[in-house]
Amino acid sequence: MFITENAKIVEKDGKKLVTDCTCVFDGCACDDIACEVVNNEIVTVYNACKVGTANFLPCRGAERFTTPLWRASKKEAFKPISWDEALDKAADILIKAKHPMLFGWSETSVEAIREGVRLTELVGGTIDGQVTHCHGPSVQAIQEVGYAGATLGEVKNRADLIIYWGCNPMNAHARHMSRYSTYVSGFFRRHGRQERKLVVVDPRHTDTAKLADVHIQIELGSDYEAFQTLRALIRGAAVTKEKVGGIPIAVWKQLAEDMKAASYGAIFFGLGLTHSASKKNSVAAAIGLTQDLCNITKFQIMPLRGHYNVAGLNQVLSWLTGYPYGVNFARGFPRYNIGEFTGVDMLRRKEVDAMLNIAADPGAHMPQKSVQHMAEIPLIACDIHPTPTTELANLIIPGTHDGIECEASCYRMDGIPIHLRKIVDPPEGCKPSNAHWLQELVQVVEKKLGEKHV
Amino acid sequence: MPAIKIHVTSGATVPQGVIIKGGGKKLPDYRNVAAVIYLDMADFKRMGTFPGTAVEVRNECGKVVVSSQLTPDGPHPGIAFMPRGPWANVIIGPETKCSGCPQYKDTVVEVEPVPEKAPLQMADLMRQQYIDPLK
Ligand code: SF4
Repeated sequence: MFITENAKIVEKDGKKLVTDCTCVFDGCACDDIACEVVNNEIVTVYNACKVGTANFLPCRGAERFTTPLWRASKKEAFKPISWDEALDKAADILIKAKHPMLFGWSETSVEAIREGVRLTELVGGTIDGQVTHCHGPSVQAIQEVGYAGATLGEVKNRADLIIYWGCNPMNAHARHMSRYSTYVSGFFRRHGRQERKLVVVDPRHTDTAKLADVHIQIELGSDYEAFQTLRALIRGAAVTKEKVGGIPIAVWKQLAEDMKAASYGAIFFGLGLTHSASKKNSVAAAIGLTQDLCNITKFQIMPLRGHYNVAGLNQVLSWLTGYPYGVNFARGFPRYNIGEFTGVDMLRRKEVDAMLNIAADPGAHMPQKSVQHMAEIPLIACDIHPTPTTELANLIIPGTHDGIECEASCYRMDGIPIHLRKIVDPPEGCKPSNAHWLQELVQVVEKKLGEKHV
Repeated sequence: MPAIKIHVTSGATVPQGVIIKGGGKKLPDYRNVAAVIYLDMADFKRMGTFPGTAVEVRNECGKVVVSSQLTPDGPHPGIAFMPRGPWANVIIGPETKCSGCPQYKDTVVEVEPVPEKAPLQMADLMRQQYIDPLK
């Protein structure tokens, strides 16, 4: 690699080096990636983890959509159509529907989400995304009991006790430990890992647990009880049970002591809490524990958000509609009710009669009943590569890779906005960005509805 | 070969992430990394099979054929792991209890060896599960 002094884009010998790129995969949104580009193609990626690298360098044999595809019946084969036809068909589907669902958004830019909200309002639909079935319960818990958060920079510089609860960053956020929490050297933690204690609570001996100083192999679904036990122990209450979550009480006592003794503790939790039976109650108990600990020392808690802009969907929806997800515009103004206007539920109850899916793969990530209904209704899917969702679509719109093929912005898991740099041009046939084609779709819909452009 | 009852949790894995992000969901690689159930050795003994055998995973939501592999994260007898994806989601309960979020962790299933079968590729699975039943 030819290194550069603070330069962001350098060209030499027909090669281009773009530094300070952001990896648009998970909520870590690592913004220290460098890419070497030859003939508008990324050939080498520096600093990213294995999954992040795949994001820049597609698998061999991977198909890429570069033209819109249409089929009237889901049993037919797709035929290529022009962009104008595609936008026209998409507008017709959304306008004709009584309850359209505009779903996804977590893997596209803030700018595209903004257009999506406008579109949803115009067609009187519901806007929701992966956030609901990932950390939706965490958002609900925060609404109930508040949030003792911090930025990842603070954790890096200060934390001496790191707790990963119900998550496995070594598999889902591969650089989280090395870049933000455990191994990295920080301002007050010069020696990185040696100055930090790592505790992992997980029913499986995961790759993260294998690296931990202490692994508490708790029983599935007993997190709520464990958090409340820790809260009791920290308050000095006597706990009479011998085991909690299958773990002897002495282990919890030791963890409580370690927590109190830490000068800065950081709890990260994952889908282990939000996807098990007690959902938001477990998260609320975890936040309560953090708040209790803040009376004694300094502690923070943070959900390990999955997609690079899943936090962005919450941010944009909150600033535009006042609600974080599951927002319905059927009456012309935003309404929010979890369980009523959330994607999995509306699809399962067959309340949606058309769907636009962008930058998400509900066909792969929703339970079968919801996917069944997706197969039954007109479905528009915008993606870069074929996915289980595009297999069920009537109309496929080729997506642009935000943050690689166009400039954009996103929110990292700790709510820090990050600017995404453009590295290469989008392939021929694709629009300059997702926000761009959504804006065009908004215009077509407006024209059809006879509204003036606002 | 007996069927066994087991608790399944699902989640992300690195190999699956690499395929997904590399745009390989239509390639056989996706099936190889995601149409899998990771079991503990003790559970293989209960079934009387060895890792690599195709198994049918089923409950009241549906049934799906995947490959059974030895868990790298054991021991956790009685708990199985499936990478998230269209195969696992055939058996995940769709109820959210008004939370918007299904219970992806901790689903009870029956696992039965079916050595004569093989897991379907993504496109075939989607067609068989969702498109073929359409009128
Ligand atoms: S940890 Fe996540 S954001 Fe960072 S390089 Fe890996 S995949 Fe990309």
